[in-house]
Amino acid sequence: MKFSYFPGCTLKAEAGRSGETAISAAGALGVEVTELDQWQCCGAVYPLARDEIATKLSAVRALIDAKRAGLPLLTLCSACHHVIKRVNRDMAEDSDVRDRVNSYVAPEVPYGGETKVVHFLEMLRDHVGFDSVAKRVTAPLAGQRVAAYYGCMLLRPSSAMGFDDPENPSIMEGLIAAIGAEPVLYPQRNECCGGYLAIENKGAAKRRASEVVRSAAEHGADCIATTCPLCLYNLTENGAAGTMPVYDLTALLANALGLHVEPSSGCAAVCSVCSERNSAHAC
Amino acid sequence: MTKIGVFVCWCGSNIAATVDVDAVSEAIKAAPGVVFATNYQYMCSEGGQAAIRSAVAEHGLTGVVVCSCSPRMHEATFRKAAAGAGVNPYMVEIANIREQCSWIHKDKAEATAKAIALARAAVAKLNLDRPLTAPETPVTKRALVIGGGIAGIQTALDVADAGYEVDVVEKSPTIGGKMAMLDKTFPTLDCAACILTPKMVDAAAHEKITLYTYSEVEKVSGFVGNFTVDIKKRARSVSVDRCTGCGVCSEKCPSKRAKSEFDQGLRERSAIYIPFAQAIPNVPVIDRDTCLKFQTGKCGLCEKVCPSHAVDYSQEDEVITKQYGAIVAATGFKPIGLERFDEYAYSRSPDVVTSLEFERLCNAAGPTKGHLVRPSDGKEPKTVVFVQCVGSREASGIGAMKGKPYCSKICCMYTAKHAMLLREKYPDSEAYVFYIDVRTPGKNFDEFYRRAAEEYGVHYIKGMVGKVCDEGNGRLTVRASDLIENRQLLIDADMVVLAAAVEPDPSARALATLLTASMDTNDFFTEAHPKLRPVESPTAGVFLSGMCQGPKDIPDTVAQAGAAAAKVIGLLSKDRLVGNPCVASCDETLCNGCSACERVCPYGAISYETKTVVDRGAKDERRVASVNEALCQGCGACTVTCPSGAMDLRGFTGRQIMAEVDAICR
Repeated sequence: MKFSYFPGCTLKAEAGRSGETAISAAGALGVEVTELDQWQCCGAVYPLARDEIATKLSAVRALIDAKRAGLPLLTLCSACHHVIKRVNRDMAEDSDVRDRVNSYVAPEVPYGGETKVVHFLEMLRDHVGFDSVAKRVTAPLAGQRVAAYYGCMLLRPSSAMGFDDPENPSIMEGLIAAIGAEPVLYPQRNECCGGYLAIENKGAAKRRASEVVRSAAEHGADCIATTCPLCLYNLTENGAAGTMPVYDLTALLANALGLHVEPSSGCAAVCSVCSERNSAHAC
Repeated sequence: MTKIGVFVCWCGSNIAATVDVDAVSEAIKAAPGVVFATNYQYMCSEGGQAAIRSAVAEHGLTGVVVCSCSPRMHEATFRKAAAGAGVNPYMVEIANIREQCSWIHKDKAEATAKAIALARAAVAKLNLDRPLTAPETPVTKRALVIGGGIAGIQTALDVADAGYEVDVVEKSPTIGGKMAMLDKTFPTLDCAACILTPKMVDAAAHEKITLYTYSEVEKVSGFVGNFTVDIKKRARSVSVDRCTGCGVCSEKCPSKRAKSEFDQGLRERSAIYIPFAQAIPNVPVIDRDTCLKFQTGKCGLCEKVCPSHAVDYSQEDEVITKQYGAIVAATGFKPIGLERFDEYAYSRSPDVVTSLEFERLCNAAGPTKGHLVRPSDGKEPKTVVFVQCVGSREASGIGAMKGKPYCSKICCMYTAKHAMLLREKYPDSEAYVFYIDVRTPGKNFDEFYRRAAEEYGVHYIKGMVGKVCDEGNGRLTVRASDLIENRQLLIDADMVVLAAAVEPDPSARALATLLTASMDTNDFFTEAHPKLRPVESPTAGVFLSGMCQGPKDIPDTVAQAGAAAAKVIGLLSKDRLVGNPCVASCDETLCNGCSACERVCPYGAISYETKTVVDRGAKDERRVASVNEALCQGCGACTVTCPSGAMDLRGFTGRQIMAEVDAICR
């Protein structure tokens, strides 16, 4: 199994270790991941303006590079995945966008959305298979009650993302079960973490993230796990504030596969004691 | 040679404002066969018809062309007028110069030229028309009603009261349908069972009505007045004749884990069961999927305890074949499944219920004996949030993929009813109703809703619920927006009631295929005309009653059921029906016996036979197509399929169509 990989700025800078952890976990599962050369920022926010293509170009360039490599494009950051997947859909289905982008970028062969954009979780579910993941687990997280946190961008709009049921998703719970932990279902798992409000209106971001953490705690979770770096930041800094560990789910996976991942950047991260029950571990 | 008269209609200004009618009637005089042409203000009026009669008398016309509106509108009118004047009614052609010309053009010169071309085409076709005689067929004086809910029961009673035999086929073990599940009815709050069950008893006791419950229609053939229908009576495993309905079998049955369909899964039932106390027939049925005797071979307790020896495990499905003159579809509806609406936590929390479940929780004969409590812990709810339009009116975006574009037409009213019932049962409770619009266009409906809002103190909030969170430990948090006050709401609720969209019963689609009756994109049966023929299907002899035609409340359903009955009675009261002579026929000298026409015929009207054919003086044994003219509907599928040109449609022969094309292209 081979994939082109688009890490994105956040995973390269602020949450550097998360990306590396995920890629090493993928390697342990027999997935070969090659980072795209010279990739640019995904655009960060999917542009809704219909008369401007400039904001979509960097995503298209990544898609074209993956097409040249002849590989599906793997993403990890929810924001990058969201932008690239939706821009790719525009290139496939909106002839106006497609024609204008192609005449501007002028690739050797016009691009029409041929690259398949695959999120890391989808790769585990659809290409590796959660059964195969479970078979390779050497250090299962037995006894841990882990609350999966999806956020919004992976799931919505579901017609474009085609990721999972937006109101009752199951993919992260599937992975949590595969690494030996017990998934906790709670109503806030697919609500907003506060997103970029963390910059402009910290109070609002705090209220939102705290609500997520409270809901997970009330449903008996020992910790929360997510794959999105921004969600990880908000839940850790603005939500949990030391009351509940928030982990990068791919790091939990790496540890379960026996890779002994160290705590990663910022507060976000994996805690080497996470395999101990009820270890509220403030970083 | 046909002597043709052409009559150009002004249709007031509908045609005359865009088409120069004088020019048309003048130009058409030069067409072959035309001996007379004129124009008149309203050809469909008595004056216009009189003009046809006098022209026939004066000029000895043998054919008539009317240049007017669509033949769907007035072909029958002009055929009748021609027949009255002694012209064969099938020697009448309509040139549609309104819908196909004046209404869609602006330029008068171009429209006039087109009207002349259309008139020439009609004249060219009429020159090749031959007088036809419509066949007559007898009428079987018995009606079939498919579906035993309030719609089917009402239609059956009305037809039977007029003195005709009616059979009712119901797929579940009892008649009564959805109305039997309701607690109270709006806008009077009278008990549903109190007004329905007497009608059920009347239907069962009526000497002209035969009920086939636990039965399905399997095959339909024939045509209006003469349908032949196979009805599959599924094995009840209990003899309807011997059973006294004592109920001992259900009591003793050890397998009691099936979900009660009648109680919306809120109660468990035994494998041998009567759906509800007033079921008709009051005879149990064995659900073979959960019965230990059928699944494991062990048990047989019900047979042992039955005092009247009615239990019969060896019963098998039985197919009976009967003849009918008319068929009424009354297949009803069901609320949509809410599995794709997890934002309301329906699949996660037992205290989030559908409105139909709420009816059962309020009903004295329901799973809680009418004690309205939360399914999770049996506690009385203090705060209940009602959400209207769940999955209804979803016309775009993601909603359209999981919901329905139309209004259910009933959820405003029954939600007002539910909120009132709650406030009556628990005066210290709070009821919140979230709505998009409150629609109350029925007699005493708006008064009813106002009573809920003003006298019963129900909180009506314009806005939709975004999410219901099951917080664990029995709490539900409802997040919603109040669009009038423009603010977000968080309501701690004990119960949430979802007014689900409605959809036609899933059996309707297969039935439509059997009946060759058309459906719309939502699987509701289509009526022959949305305003003027609302209870007839476009398929002759098939009528529509109740929700299967579109969302309706009980008053509308009963009214439509009566209207369908009136149409059935009108049909059955005739001794003979006049059929359509424009049917297919086979030129046996050209037929090569390929069977292509037999395969495409949607009505099963074509069969093959080996017979002696005289071809250019020589006798020959050949396998040739033969058309049953009583079954043929004149659709023409066979004529375009036939590779050798042997099939032709009377009144629409290949030569006639080509003559029309030639006339237009000339």
